[in-house]
Amino acid sequence: MTEPLLCELSVPGRRGVRFPQPDVPLAELPKELARQHFPMPELSEVDVVRHFTRLSKLNYCIDEGMYPLGSCTMKYNPKINEETARLPGFANLHPLQPIETVQGALILMYELQEMLKEIGGFAGVTLQPAAGAQGELTGVLIIRAYHKSRGDLQRTKVLIPDSAHGTNPATSAMSGMQVVEIPSDARGNVDLNALRQHCDNTLAGLMLTNPNTLGLFDENVLEAARLVHEAGGLVYGDGANLNALMGIVRPGELGIDVMHFNLHKTFSTPHGGGGPGSGPVGVAAHLVDFLPAPIVDIIEEGDEETAPLYGFVTPPKTIGRVKSFLGQFGMMVRAYTYIRMNGPDGLRAVSEAAVLNANYLLSKLRDYYHLPYDRICMHEFVLEGVWPDAPEVHALDIAKRMMDYGLHPPTNYFPLIVHEALMIEPTETESKQSLDNFADVMIKIAEEAHTQPELLKSAPHITPVGRLDEVKAAKELVLCCGVGALEAEAA
Amino acid sequence: MNIPSDLKYTPNDEWIRVEGNTGVVGITDFAQDQLSDIVYVEIVVSVGDMVKKGDACATLESVKAAADVYMPVSGKIIAINEALPDTPEVVNSDPYGNAWMVKVEMSDPGELNDLLDAAAYEKHVQEKSG
Repeated sequence: MTEPLLCELSVPGRRGVRFPQPDVPLAELPKELARQHFPMPELSEVDVVRHFTRLSKLNYCIDEGMYPLGSCTMKYNPKINEETARLPGFANLHPLQPIETVQGALILMYELQEMLKEIGGFAGVTLQPAAGAQGELTGVLIIRAYHKSRGDLQRTKVLIPDSAHGTNPATSAMSGMQVVEIPSDARGNVDLNALRQHCDNTLAGLMLTNPNTLGLFDENVLEAARLVHEAGGLVYGDGANLNALMGIVRPGELGIDVMHFNLHKTFSTPHGGGGPGSGPVGVAAHLVDFLPAPIVDIIEEGDEETAPLYGFVTPPKTIGRVKSFLGQFGMMVRAYTYIRMNGPDGLRAVSEAAVLNANYLLSKLRDYYHLPYDRICMHEFVLEGVWPDAPEVHALDIAKRMMDYGLHPPTNYFPLIVHEALMIEPTETESKQSLDNFADVMIKIAEEAHTQPELLKSAPHITPVGRLDEVKAAKELVLCCGVGALEAEAA
Repeated sequence: MNIPSDLKYTPNDEWIRVEGNTGVVGITDFAQDQLSDIVYVEIVVSVGDMVKKGDACATLESVKAAADVYMPVSGKIIAINEALPDTPEVVNSDPYGNAWMVKVEMSDPGELNDLLDAAAYEKHVQEKSG
């Protein structure tokens, strides 16, 4: 490592803060509970500040360059979002303040719910879930509660396409459901014949991602939803890829009964270390009563002289609370800002540009990399990172070599149904120059794979650390690196 | 690619070695190669469990992916490989030997007829690797 750990920088006796002599009696700790020594690094303030400043310079972030992680929608996060989130009226609130004193925040939440309903085609929205996966859990718990309320206790089977995000089966299993994997057909859509076989009275629902993780619009979505509904099941929409659809199609109108939004992907709130996430859930009319409580609503209608009063309501058959307080309010302010700055036409333009950028890159790369599902893509696409005439090179080597060119690698080895997958999502915020540079690098690496494969096998070369030993890292976890040295010193 | 001729296979890359009424189950050489370095093994059934064909009996994790191992046949679990979770690398080095995962007393040996023989599995692998 180029930067030592805090433990390694430690110098006995050095300290960052000196407290003044107390002017009140010292409270004595019970002797039997006090530790004899406590191995913490001993450092001055400047040691610590320089350590973290040096580390921050090693970071790669969306403010520095393109971040083409497929399925993650690493779009640029406009700085005005940070301005609005820091407005004192939003930033200095306490969640337990009386509602009369936080009407502005509640109006923002109410309007964000309304906007997400409009974008998704839903009858109700909860802003509570703190991330996409928690939104999924909320959605599946709503599906479970719906069947339970109808006495349909035998409905425990959830169908999940083999291209799905791993969180889908994990969510269903965590909700006590039985997961059944549905294969994809030759065009990358959900296989309707396989789906049909499972449409019986044990079906709780289908979890569908559209566009799916191959970056393809699932052309069977209407028929799949029809089959599932006909069998009495519900359709969960994984909204991770909503960035391809805004203002073009409403998932609710495709037959999706419940879907989570990723504010931290589609609506430009920071993620990838800058989080936290935020995963609101939208539902169709027949599921509104099951939403988590509380929901922000108008609790007293206004008139000509008084403004309406915003407050909280509890849906009659609610699954309960899924997050302390009201969710990630700071992210709601950022997403609200993003939606208002773009407006309806702007959001549609976002999705169109995201799809256009992906297809532009795909058209530049398809002669150099194998494209397993050869279709017009949506906001992302999946290539194979392997060539029959360069068998020693793998997707991982390509990804590592990209770092030598100053680029963040794309997602690799996902989705699992593509051999040596490289999953590329440029997002709408990359310029033509940025896309051209990315394509040039990918093409250069494809050439190197055939002429100088060892360059790829040994990459990265210009990063602070070279190729990491992932097997050793997974098998020999060191959770307290350096503490041993401090303890030895103390003893 | 090593595909022993005395075993039966599933399309999902499990093998079973039949010894009388007992079946020994593991994953194939092709499967370990696809998963790459295995770093974690958990046997998710216990001795005495009744399992159905298609039930998960183990979970594997490599640096690339996680995968479940499914029972090729139904029956009663009579042994699990307790050493394997401590030595996950054996799945890579000896998939047909010391990396066996469970032994099952078959309740319906007729299910073996649904499995692939070595030649059929080899063809299946060739199709999968395109």
